[in-house]
Amino acid sequence: MLELKNITKSFGDRTIINKLSLTVKDGEILSIVGPSGAGKTTLLRCITGLEQVDSGDFLVDGKAFDPYTNRTNDSVIGVVFQNFELFPHLTVRQNITLAPTMVLKQSESEAKAAANKLLDRLNLGDHGEQYPYQLSGGQQQRVAIARALAMKPNVLCYDEPTSALDPNLRQEVEKLILGLKADGMTQIVVSHDLTFAENIADEMLHVEPNQTK
Amino acid sequence: MHYILEILPSLLSGAGMTLQIFLWTLIGSLPLGLILSLGLISKIKPLQWLINFYVWLMRGTPLLLQLIFVFYGLPLIGVVFPRYEAALFAFILNYAAYFAEIFRGGLQSIDNGQYESARVLRLSYSQTIRKIVIPQVVKIVIPSVGNEVINLIKDSSLVYVIGIGDLLRAGNVATARDVTLVPLVLVAVLYLLLTAVTTFILRKVEKRYSYWK
Repeated sequence: MLELKNITKSFGDRTIINKLSLTVKDGEILSIVGPSGAGKTTLLRCITGLEQVDSGDFLVDGKAFDPYTNRTNDSVIGVVFQNFELFPHLTVRQNITLAPTMVLKQSESEAKAAANKLLDRLNLGDHGEQYPYQLSGGQQQRVAIARALAMKPNVLCYDEPTSALDPNLRQEVEKLILGLKADGMTQIVVSHDLTFAENIADEMLHVEPNQTK
Repeated sequence: MHYILEILPSLLSGAGMTLQIFLWTLIGSLPLGLILSLGLISKIKPLQWLINFYVWLMRGTPLLLQLIFVFYGLPLIGVVFPRYEAALFAFILNYAAYFAEIFRGGLQSIDNGQYESARVLRLSYSQTIRKIVIPQVVKIVIPSVGNEVINLIKDSSLVYVIGIGDLLRAGNVATARDVTLVPLVLVAVLYLLLTAVTTFILRKVEKRYSYWK
């Protein structure tokens, strides 16, 4: 379970997030929706430790942690970026095994076996030796998901998962995210696409510019 | 033909010296340039200023002056380098400045998303630089580095001024002694051969890195 309590974040004198609290239960999906500039992505960047909050607390399973400074390998928050940010010089499989071998100190074979499982799970079985530029957008996104999952995250976050893809792929993404939910993954999805967000969400959080509550 | 065979050994031994200076300068200045470039993009302002000043000094004054300064100037304040070491010292310091600027450009062209993506995967700064950033930078900078490498072959003839027996000096000596143009033409041919081989190798390296986009 992930809890946020009274999170506040400003850039200069602009308060983007003001005393926000929320809870994501294990295995559930929280959708964060709102117009551009409402602070959805900023909120996600705070949760994933890419921005430091000004005040407030984060709790994972009741234990306090600070995503910005946390460098232990518990309480991992995985991220699927809007543009995926795959490593272009590494094959799909290397993209997935890099962090588990370097950070979690898994052996080469252990990481490879885990990667192969993820590739099969995400219908990427044949693409392990290809480079990101050889894949379609949807495939790249699934690689990004596999890469994040390989770190065994407690929570998986998505920034606008539908925006870089063809509109007709939206349902594929829905299926994918709901499939991971069935596997027990806790997920947070930021989107400006209300229908998409409603289709997958257990909980919805609406954020508005300047008066984020 | 007989004359050519007669002077060829001395020209070839000169070419050997040129190659030595060329190789040692690369071995010294490429890593040094890389370290300096990390300083150029560092957030520590005084370090940035210092390296910027260094680059300005090295690129802003003639290499010939730097050579003369090291070999004829420094002994006046008690710092004595033997000829060969003086040449390497000046060349490495000079070329490192050019490489630092090239690498800085390469480093800055890596999207911030790549750093963030490495960060959420918990890679440390040094792991990110080694595994994610440098491999991508190398590919980007190869053409510009190649340019400097070709330049270096010809710049190495400047060591003539501090009395090192390189290719140009060997040709010049023969021309002055035998009053003929042949040695100088041969010198030109040998330089052309050296640059042709280097260009060929650079193409190969570029090709080796073309497996991803």
